[in-house]
Amino acid sequence: MLKITNLKVKIEEKEILKGIDLEISPGEVLALMGPNGSGKSSLANTLIGNPKYEVIEGEMVFEGKNIGEMKPEERAQIGVMMAFQYPMAIPGVTIREMLLASLRAKGLTVSALDLKKKIADEADKLHVEPGLLNRSLNEGFSGGEKKKMEILQMRILSPKLLILDEVDSGLDIDALALIAKNVQEMVKENKMSVLVITHYQRLLKYLQPDKVMVMKNGLVVDRGGKEIVDNLEKEGYKIYE
Amino acid sequence: MSKKTDQDKLLQDSSYALGYTDEVEYAYQAPTGLTEELVRKMSALKEEPEWMLERRLKALRLYEEMPTPTWGGDLSPIHFEDIHYYTKPKMAAAASWDEVPDAIKNTFEKIGVPEAEREMLAGVKGQYDSEVIYGSLKRNLSEKGVVFLSMDEGLKQYPELVKEYFGKVIPIGDNKLAALNSAVWSGGSFVYVPKNTDVGLPLQAYFRINTESAGQFERTLIIADEGSKVHYIEGCSAPSFSSASLHSAVVEIFVKKGAKVQYSTVQNWFKNVYNLVTKRAWVEENAQMKWVDGNLGSKLTMKYPSCVLAGRKAHGELLSVAWAGAGQHQDTGAKMIHLAPETTSLIVSKSISKAGGRATYRGMVQMVPGAHGARSKVVCDALILDDLSRSDTYPTNKIMENDVVLEHEATVSRVSEEQLFYLQSRGISEKEASAMIVNGFLDPIIKEIPLEYAIEMNRLVELEMEGSVG
Repeated sequence: MLKITNLKVKIEEKEILKGIDLEISPGEVLALMGPNGSGKSSLANTLIGNPKYEVIEGEMVFEGKNIGEMKPEERAQIGVMMAFQYPMAIPGVTIREMLLASLRAKGLTVSALDLKKKIADEADKLHVEPGLLNRSLNEGFSGGEKKKMEILQMRILSPKLLILDEVDSGLDIDALALIAKNVQEMVKENKMSVLVITHYQRLLKYLQPDKVMVMKNGLVVDRGGKEIVDNLEKEGYKIYE
Repeated sequence: MSKKTDQDKLLQDSSYALGYTDEVEYAYQAPTGLTEELVRKMSALKEEPEWMLERRLKALRLYEEMPTPTWGGDLSPIHFEDIHYYTKPKMAAAASWDEVPDAIKNTFEKIGVPEAEREMLAGVKGQYDSEVIYGSLKRNLSEKGVVFLSMDEGLKQYPELVKEYFGKVIPIGDNKLAALNSAVWSGGSFVYVPKNTDVGLPLQAYFRINTESAGQFERTLIIADEGSKVHYIEGCSAPSFSSASLHSAVVEIFVKKGAKVQYSTVQNWFKNVYNLVTKRAWVEENAQMKWVDGNLGSKLTMKYPSCVLAGRKAHGELLSVAWAGAGQHQDTGAKMIHLAPETTSLIVSKSISKAGGRATYRGMVQMVPGAHGARSKVVCDALILDDLSRSDTYPTNKIMENDVVLEHEATVSRVSEEQLFYLQSRGISEKEASAMIVNGFLDPIIKEIPLEYAIEMNRLVELEMEGSVG
């Protein structure tokens, strides 16, 4: 479904990804781990087309399409989306208005009333305070509220490939379990693929990865299965020094 | 840029859908320029009482003596001597839609007046050049004793009320443009709401300039008697002209003890109109005045709706939006004058400047000795969409009392790359994303205006945002 080959990326003249290879199949959960500054979030941002990141070499192919030249909105429309670590506040725009525009941009006919109901249902499942749905998106939300709202958006937009960028930071265990459950459901029901970016191990207890990758200094330093996670928990990142 | 290409550019402006001119016959059109003879003839044609003629002549003398203001926008391109100060269309005011001539009907249909009426708006009045052609008032309003007439008709039917209040809160010599209006005013609305009467549905008036170089000098007087409540809506649009046109209105409002008045305007004049307007309300004890002011069109707008908070606990409010696009200068703001104890005021001004447009906030909060416990809050938010555009803020505070509170907040922002990217990452195009952000910025004001204007405003933002980013 997604195949990245020899990807090299720079930001402000500094090379931050130095040749990444990666492959994800439909319905697969890939955990991408690594210490701070290893390039995990840069890879995620490059995948969804953040203009700050410039691809200097390599390619990213999603369902047979080279997405490297596509605009961010085009990538989203074919099903590549990310739940942000630090989502932006959009004053005066509610999650409903934003999601309506997103679905319509995909060419779908959506009734605002049906969508409102669907959002309310999903909010309930994620234990999102209903009042948040009427407020400006992410404006004055707590860290946990923002994360839940990101997952709520994904539940409605149902991407084919979901990138979770440090979704576990700032969440308590209950919220974490709830988010993992909601993501797991999408994997089962829609054969959605997930790229889970995380610094810690705790999210992976709830969201079992099929494959694990470790990055450091812009390079992949380890690949394998769940055993890597267990090992990291015991030893820490120092084993890659 | 030559005048010709300037005009071509204006005509090609796709965002201005009302750039057409209808053929209308005029019963009388005054020659250009302003003379005592013209003022006398106008007053005679309108069969006005002697005292009104005297006021007009006095105002004319004041107008001639006063210098053109040099602060604010550039007024030098206005050739006052080339303006037609009075035009009278051939037909008299019609009472129903059927009596309205087709050419005028077409214009109204393009603006959407009949739709507005179908939607059960309380009363619809349209001003076509200088006379009110079409007006209707729902029966329930008449039963309540609410008076909603053209100003000319108001003067005929209620001369005593007009004589008492006309020029009372905006004296004829208040400023040069108010003096001009007082000399040559024509049309506008006269509203009287009796004691303890809630008008319910909003009163609407549509104004339109249709003659090349026609100055439009409407005059509106609203009297809300004790304990009453009314919302008055004024909307404007003008078709294209080959030379700059002048619009200079005067609006006076009296909000009596315990009454509540909201006055909403969305002006979308064509981009060669000079819109120089004086608006002021007199607010008595426990009364509330709220101005909602949208300035989207015109070449230059200078408008600072004011509240004179004259009685204890009087409240004044202004919520405004200014959109300054290419070649536009919106010089707008508010004045809140606290004359009594425990008076409160709120000014929320939002502006957007784009493609070289200039948005200026100019406002004043005054608290006189004795205005104990007065409170005022001023919030100015400016959104600048590119490096060509400009936003300025000129707040003035004159505080002469100690136990008062005045807050001022001002922000200047841009549509951030991060916000755009966030929305794009949800599949929304860059253009649509920026329109969403701009509409979101305006949201607190858009919530305050009637739905049809809100939709028009959202659409305008979307059209104006085309190709503005990236």
